[in-house]
Parts: sequence; structure tokens; C-alpha cells
Amino acid sequence: MWKRNLLFVLLCGCGLVTVAANMPRPGQRADRGRPMRGAAVGDDDFRHTLERVNAAFRKDWADKHLVPAAAANDLLVARRLALGLMGTIPSLEEVRALEASAPAARLDRWVDGLLSDTRYHDYFAERLARAYVGSDSGPFIFYRRRRLARWLSDQLRDGRPYDALVRELITSSGFATSQPATNFLAYTIDPDQQNFHVDERKLAARVSRAFLGVRIDCAECHDHPFERWKQSDFEGLAAFFAGTRQRFTGIGDDPGNRPLEVEDRTSGKLRKVAAQVPFDSDRLPEQGGARERLAAWVTDPHNEHFSRAITNRVWALIFGRGLVEPVDDLRAGQPVPPALAILADDFAAHGFDLRRLVRLITASEVFRLGSQANPAVPGHEITPEHEAAWAAFPLRRLRSEQVAGAIEQAASLETLDRETHLLLRLQVLIEQNQFTARFGDAGDNELTDVGATIPQRLMLMNGEMVHNRTRNNPLQNASSQIALLAANDREAVEVAYLAVLSRRPTPPEAAHFVEQLAGSHRKQRAAQLEDLCWTLINSVEFSWNH
Amino acid sequence: MESLTHVCSKPTDRSPWALAPEFDRRQWLGTLAAGTIGWLTPAAQLLAEQAERRPRQPAQSLILLWLAGGPSQLETFDPHPGRSIAGGSRAIDTAVRGVQLAAGFEQLSAQLDSAALVRNLVSKEGDHQRGTYLVKTGYRPDPTVVHPSIGAICCHQLDVGRTEIPRHVSILSQQWPGRGGLLGNQYDAFQTGDPKNKVPDITAAVDAARIARRLADQRVVDAAFAVGRARQVESTLHAPLIARARQMMTSEQLAAFEVLEEPAALRASYGDTPFGRGCLAARRLIEVGVRCVEVTLTGWDTHTNNHETQRERVATLDPAIAGLLADLRRRGLLEKTIVMCGGEFGRTPQINRLEGRDHWPHGFSMLVAGGRIRGGHVRGQTDPEGKRLSSAQGTSIADLHATVLTALGINPAHEEMAAIGRPIKLSEGQPLADMLS
Repeated sequence: MWKRNLLFVLLCGCGLVTVAANMPRPGQRADRGRPMRGAAVGDDDFRHTLERVNAAFRKDWADKHLVPAAAANDLLVARRLALGLMGTIPSLEEVRALEASAPAARLDRWVDGLLSDTRYHDYFAERLARAYVGSDSGPFIFYRRRRLARWLSDQLRDGRPYDALVRELITSSGFATSQPATNFLAYTIDPDQQNFHVDERKLAARVSRAFLGVRIDCAECHDHPFERWKQSDFEGLAAFFAGTRQRFTGIGDDPGNRPLEVEDRTSGKLRKVAAQVPFDSDRLPEQGGARERLAAWVTDPHNEHFSRAITNRVWALIFGRGLVEPVDDLRAGQPVPPALAILADDFAAHGFDLRRLVRLITASEVFRLGSQANPAVPGHEITPEHEAAWAAFPLRRLRSEQVAGAIEQAASLETLDRETHLLLRLQVLIEQNQFTARFGDAGDNELTDVGATIPQRLMLMNGEMVHNRTRNNPLQNASSQIALLAANDREAVEVAYLAVLSRRPTPPEAAHFVEQLAGSHRKQRAAQLEDLCWTLINSVEFSWNH
Repeated sequence: MESLTHVCSKPTDRSPWALAPEFDRRQWLGTLAAGTIGWLTPAAQLLAEQAERRPRQPAQSLILLWLAGGPSQLETFDPHPGRSIAGGSRAIDTAVRGVQLAAGFEQLSAQLDSAALVRNLVSKEGDHQRGTYLVKTGYRPDPTVVHPSIGAICCHQLDVGRTEIPRHVSILSQQWPGRGGLLGNQYDAFQTGDPKNKVPDITAAVDAARIARRLADQRVVDAAFAVGRARQVESTLHAPLIARARQMMTSEQLAAFEVLEEPAALRASYGDTPFGRGCLAARRLIEVGVRCVEVTLTGWDTHTNNHETQRERVATLDPAIAGLLADLRRRGLLEKTIVMCGGEFGRTPQINRLEGRDHWPHGFSMLVAGGRIRGGHVRGQTDPEGKRLSSAQGTSIADLHATVLTALGINPAHEEMAAIGRPIKLSEGQPLADMLS
């Protein structure tokens, strides 16, 4: 019996060695510092757009007689950037590096660094995947969600133009494993149905919401309550996928443009629906396969809906709130906020470059405003009108994956990224997944604002993850390391604040906690630092982007 | 941020987390209205007469025994012994003459007179996730709205009472516990594991003195953050949430999770399994006013080796459900509690080459008991040759929901507004008159 156990342990060991050997070596951050496609922050064209965006907001504030908040400090902006682009907070290591670099334009340089960071590629890929295929596991015979997420991450890394990315999602053929983009279609296949057809209706809903930012799918069952969409618009869109199904060669199309057959809700009879687009049908190419025609129409640079939908989504991911809400409900024919139009036009005019879009949004004045009243302006107050007009950074509750990412990073003084040891990364990944599953993963609806709940608060106060990541564990936890390494009480408090809240304590806070630490040693000190980290994690500031 | 006000402790807040209100505003208004209008109109007299004709109070709680994976109707509530589709499964007689259950339900069969069976449920959802959504919410998945599960509806519609602990609880919860959906995530089920273990997150990891000091410190940090943003910080409801969480952590009602306080003999009657303990905890929880408890038993997805696996699952289910029904009846709680037992779909009448049965939403069963539900009643039947039922031949999940809601005194046609401005009924089904007494 013991021989078998020994063999098992041996095999496990071999497995681990193999995995470790096949890991990409640290330091191979191949894409770090690779020259960026598209315009950089410095060029005139970029500055021109940025100025127009800023001017649009300023005009709105002036019209509404609103005094905006003062600019936020760089550390806070860096925290927002890390949360928005990577779902975590800056590590102490990153805070120190940022503070050591020359103040002029250091945030712009930091954004450049993030855009070539694997954490950004993976995080944004997952967010996009949720818009395209939701978060559920789907039909496992035909569908490989992780392949799709991996592929999206690679596209972000390579700076693939967004229109090309979407065209590939709509038009690609082949197997889910070798042609990852086909998973966009494959996830809708119902394995219980004969012929393994894609679900045209699900696809029409996804195309309209994710790529066009309109909810034509409400017209699936009824004409939209206050929209111009008709049921026929929805069915016409669905009909582009009528001939697409899983075949022996993977996802492919039946020859000829098959019409969609739908059961009429009133008569119950089958009727045939031809492929048609809901608006601007003059831009729909006449030649080509159904999916190619649809893709060309969707990604046409003149299709305002396409560039506005993704612009609004990226804005919402970064700010926690879209310029238009809900994020996929840009009503047809209704005016959009000027900033959205300016950014979307710039996006379409510059090769659908997502990185340029992220740079523009994060360089904008509104992204760098504070969320609190400007003390230099007597009687200044941040009202709901300020927040609605973006005259102050809006307080937004962190999404569950951001909370998990922030806790993990707050508990580690070093940056948790690709260079982190594989086993630690695995542990972090597992802990984060368990946390989000229990905390509540909103899946597709992650950009919808929902209230905090008591179970969530209980998890942060008493839950396993916060306890494990704050308790005395000098090997891993920031709290214990600070207790051991900080030169004095003042430094200990300051480092804890920087690691958890990305800021220094205010004088009253410093006084309060330094006094508590005075004269404590070893175990007691470790427990006090544990308490301090717990306290900071349970502050309102930690759970809300601000 | 307006949407956050729903965790406020206003008296009409019926979230599973709401505190017991001083008085029930609705009831009070009702009394007031009746008092004022009472002697003015003859309508009051009619209402009073109707009230007399309905002797029983509606049920106040729901226990959902969730058989995750899709139990085989043929090896549980709808046996067809001797037919080829049975594949050799046997059946036993029950307390209800002419009604049989699959072999293995020896204990439940003795009490079938207090439960009703629906044997002709029909749905169009053959996928686990979609089927679970349908059976738990009464609606098919819809990309534009997330419907509340029936447990969330109970919490939303029924009185708060004096309950301090979560009023929607999912024991041994798996992937898709009940959700608040459009009613708000404060109606999501509180998830917990085997009642033998500590309830997660509810007890502090450090002693009371340290917790008190941590919370005092936390107010120092929050005060610093509130400078220049007092209004926004207040609208986060952070402080009331912490206060409510603290109250819950110290509530005596938490003892309802402690099944080990029950006599050993009673515990044994439920079966010495996590599921059995979950059922016992469910009874204790509804006693302190929890509105819905969902207890999950997994392992019913028998694509291979169907008979043996189902038999083994039934061996866990039978004592638990029989123990629960008997215990509820003994304590006079069955009158006030609806018990539902079933899964997301049934299994194919045909046995596949791996001796398994696959997904089958075209005729499956659910057990319902308690409250106004007619004990011993059997609704519908499946084809002995295994032909699928059409929608017209079957009972819809929506109608089942409308029936259970009615038994709970909730109007299924009541509408709630979805975020997109579309009114959504609690259930689109019609109550099944034959199921209710």
C-alpha cells in the first residue's frame, strides 16, 4: 500500500516539475516595451481629440453652473487605472516605482506599461468575453470558452484592430479548439437539437447588444416598449445565421443563403424570414456569404453604433459607469453625450485601436478628477448633479473580481503578475475564483449597478479569504511582513495604508494607529498589523472605486 | 445610487435581511381601511363572508428539496413497473390506494397521503442551467431580464416577522442557488454547507474585544475618507450594512443552524447524511421565520449506470423527506409550510447503451406537500411506452409556480417592474385548482 502512495506522490511531483518547466520564463515579458501601434499620447491629433473631449465636459459644467472637483493625486489615479484595466490595485512595489519616476506625464507612461501588461490583456479579454458569450460554460462538446478568452487576450496583446477582431468573431469557421473565434457561434449550439445548428436568436441578441449597443432582442417577444425595433428587425438579424451549424469540419455554413424559419406567435404557422439589417441597409454588401455580409455591415466605419457601443463599454469598464446606461442600450435616433460621439469617431477614424481609446479615456480630465469636494472652493459640495455630469469621479462599488483582486494584491507587497511564482499564482487564482463565486458573480450583467448585500459584508468581515490574507503568515502576508520589517511604527502604518488603500494616512489616522502600535512587540505587533489590514480592507474606501 | 436605498431599514423592507419592523405597515393600513370603509359599504361584509369560507391561513414558508442533475421520474415518483421503459425498476404501494412510488421510498410511501404528485410536467429546457432557471423561477431564461426564484418571491411578498437572520437560505447549494433577479440581489439565497459544520462567514475569526476594536478603528478610516464626500459615503450604506452584519453575527436565531442540538433519535430519522441534516436545519430555520430554505441533493445526472445511482440517491432522499414531512406534521408546521421536491427535468424513458438515462423535459415529476396542497392527489400521467407529452397534455412549470404561490397566499398575477420598464408577473401560470383544497 505505501508503495502505491509513494508512487502517487512521485507522479504528482513529476507533474509539477513538468508544468513548471513548461512555464514561460519570467523576464520574457516579450511585449514589454514593444512599440505601440497607432498614435502616442504626444501626437497632435491625439491631443486635439483629448481637448475636444475635455471641452465638451467643461461646456456642460458651465451650462449647469457646476464647479468640478479638483484633480486627484497620481496614486489615486493609478489605483483607478489598476482597478479598471486589471481588476486589482497597485502593489507597494508599483507605488514605489511610480513615486520614484519623474512626475511629468508619469501616469501616461504608467498607462503605456499597463497596456502591454498580461494582466490587462487577460482581464479585458474576460470582460469582452462576457459581452460576447456571457460567463456560463456552454455546450461542452462544441464550446471552449477559455480558448476564446485566451484568443481575445492575444488580440489585445497584439493590438489587433477591433473591427478585424469582430469580423473574425462573426465570420470564422472551423473547430472551437483550433479556430478560437468560432466559439462566439459555437456557444449557442444546443446539443439536444438535431443538425447542431447555432441558435440564430441568441446570436442576433449578442450581435445587437455587444456590437451595436442596442437591445433589439427585446423585440424577440414583443415590439420594444419605447424603441423603434420591431420583431421583424430581430428576426431579420437572426436570419444571417440561419445556415450556420457544426459540421465534421467544425463551424460552417450550408450552401446557399437559407432563410430563417420561425413559428408565428399568433397563427402558429411556420414562415420564412430573409436576412435583413435593422437600419442603414444601403451599407449592407450584396455579394458574399450571409455572415460576411453581416460582419461588413456591423464593422463599417460609418456605422456609428459599432464604435459607440465599444467606446461606451470601455468607458464603463474603466469608470464603473457608462456614459450611457445601461451600457448596451444606446437608443437609436437619440442623441448621445458629446464625449461619446467624439471618442467613438476618433476610434473609427484611427483604425479601431483599442489602446488609443483606453489612452484617451484615461488621459481625459474627468478620469483624473477627485471624487470629493474641492477644499479650495468655499462651500463646494459634490451633488448628484456633479456625479451625473462627471464633474467629479463617481463613487462606484467594486465588482466582485475587483474586490478579490484588490484583497490579494493588498496582501502582497510584491506585484502579483506573470513573474510571480507559478504555485502562488495558482493559489491566488483558486482563492479569487472561490471568492467571486460566493461573493456573487454578476456574469453578463457585471456592468449593472447593484446594491451591496449583508452576506458580502459578512464575507469581508469574517470570510476565509480576508482572514487568510491578513493573519500572521510572514511567508506571504503583507501584514506580517510589515510587522517584521518596518523600521518604526510610523512607517508600519504608512506602508499598510499604501499597500491596501494606495495612499498615506491622514495626520489624524496616523496619530491614531501609531499610538496603538507604540511599544508592542512580536506576536502582539503582528496581531495589531493584522487588525490594521483587516480594518483598511473593511473600510468603505476599499470597496468603492473613488 | 438610489437603487441602494433598498437595504435601508424602512418598515416596508421585506428583503431577507430586513429587521423585524415595529409594525407591519401593510397590515396596519389594511386594518385602517377596513375600519373606515367597513360600515360604509356592503363589500366588507362580502369579504368577511369569504374569509369565513376559507378556513385555513395560507402557508408562510417554502422548503425546496432540490434534486440537482435531473432525477429519473421512473426511479422516483412515477414508476411504470413491468413496462419496458422501467428497465426492471420495481415499485411499491403507498398510503394512497392505487398510487405507487419507486422501490426505495419505503418511508415516504407511508406518508404519501400528505403529499401531492405532479407527474406530467413538461418544459422545453433540456440543459441543466436553463432547466434549473425555469424550475426555480417559473420562467424560461430571457436575455433581457433575470427573474426571481420562487424563494426570493416568498421573501419579497411575505411578512418579515421577527426574523433577524437571512430569510432565504440555500443549504448545500451548488452552482445555481435561488436568486433575487429583478427584485434585487439582497433577495439572493444565503449559501451554506453541511449543517454539521460552522455556518460560513457568520462568526468572527477573532475574539469580541478585537472585533470591537477593529470596528472602532474602521470608523476612524471611514471618517477620514468622508471628508468632502460625506453624502456619497452615506449613500454607500456602508455603516448600516456593517451594523446589520454585526446584529446577525450575534443573533440568537443563528442557533437554528445547529442541528446537533436536536435529539439523536430525531436526527437519525432524517438520515445521517449532509442532505438529511440540511432538511432538519430547514425545519429549524422556518421555525424562526425563514421564508424559504433550499436544500440540494446532487448526483442525479445519471447518463451512465442509471438504476444503481438513482437507487443510491433515493436511499438518501427517502429518510430525509419522510423525516421532514413527519416532523413538520408532528409540530403542526405542515399546515404553514409548502414542501417541493424535484429537479430541473426528468430522464429519458429509453435506457442508453451505457445503462444510463439522458435528459428528458417532456414528462417529469415533482412532489408538493403542505398548506392547502391536496395530500394524496396525483396530477397527470406519462405514457407507459415512453412517448413524449405535448405541451397540451402536460402541466407547465408556470402553472405549478402559480399554484404554490397561491398556496402561500401570494397573488401570482402581481406585477413587479423590471429595470427595462417592463412589468413582469410573479408567475404567468394559472393556479391548478385540483392541487388545492
